[in-house]
Amino acid sequence: MNGRTAILAAAVLIMPLSCLAAVVDEQQASYRASGAGPFSAQAGKQLWQQKVVSARDGRPRSCTTCHSSDLRSTGKHARTGKAIEPLSPAVNSERLSSAKKIRKWFKRNCKWTWGRECTAQEKGDLLSFIQSQ
Amino acid sequence: MKTATWILVNVLGIALGLGLASGVVLSDDDEGEGGWRQSRLDVAPADNAFYTEECGACHFPYQPGLLPARSWQRLMGGLDDHFGENAELDGADARQLMDYLSTNAADRSSFKRSRGISRSLQQGDTPLRITATRYFKRKHHELSSHMVKDNPKVRSFSNCNLCHTQASRGSYNEHQVKIPGFRYWDD
Repeated sequence: MNGRTAILAAAVLIMPLSCLAAVVDEQQASYRASGAGPFSAQAGKQLWQQKVVSARDGRPRSCTTCHSSDLRSTGKHARTGKAIEPLSPAVNSERLSSAKKIRKWFKRNCKWTWGRECTAQEKGDLLSFIQSQ
Repeated sequence: MKTATWILVNVLGIALGLGLASGVVLSDDDEGEGGWRQSRLDVAPADNAFYTEECGACHFPYQPGLLPARSWQRLMGGLDDHFGENAELDGADARQLMDYLSTNAADRSSFKRSRGISRSLQQGDTPLRITATRYFKRKHHELSSHMVKDNPKVRSFSNCNLCHTQASRGSYNEHQVKIPGFRYWDD
């Protein structure tokens, strides 16, 4: 492989990662605009594990309930049993690549898991965490 | 003698030919797939990629032709509590899906199962579950709980595609059914 091909190959590999970074940056910038930040993957990890007892069925729920603690593994829908593709962008290049999808799933899943929408701070921390996995 | 033989051979030949042809052409809908004739689809396949992606994210994407439009409307109006899950969508996406569901609903389709389901409902009946329709119950009433509910590989009648091997194509033909864990389910 000559020099030019190597550079081209590197550029092609970096592109999806930089697209993902751009989407996450954009989301986090919007959270900062509402007063949140700074964001940390460590804080995100704690949120990920945090259990809240559901008012609906009295059982504890957390992100791990469907997505597991290991974001590189395939998750499982707690009710339907359907396989959920890994959340780790390193393993699944589609993750964190769409702002619309990030908004949609935060809205649904924060409500289902914690009974409320996530705050801008929580979303920022969770994105940092997912991005790091 | 020769003429009689000739007539007999022809009559037998035509009878055989007709018998073979009619056996295929006039076979009832329960005829399994095979031969030169493809099995007819029971319900129009869900041919909308947006629908399949959105409404198949957590469960089998049920074909719109399995419920009447009024049921789909009720479902789409309560996505924040969709059988205990939150399936909220933004307004534009929800409208787009509702259009697709409504246009292809059971009461707007001439496919066999759509007609069956639609006709089995009383006026105003607005079931939220396909499995709650009289048509569905009639078709599945012979199945024991150890084949479905208590079968860890199936667990619920809502998991159509786990037994109906061609469900995603819109085919629910009983000859294509394979209940996981049971070799012979229809004795």
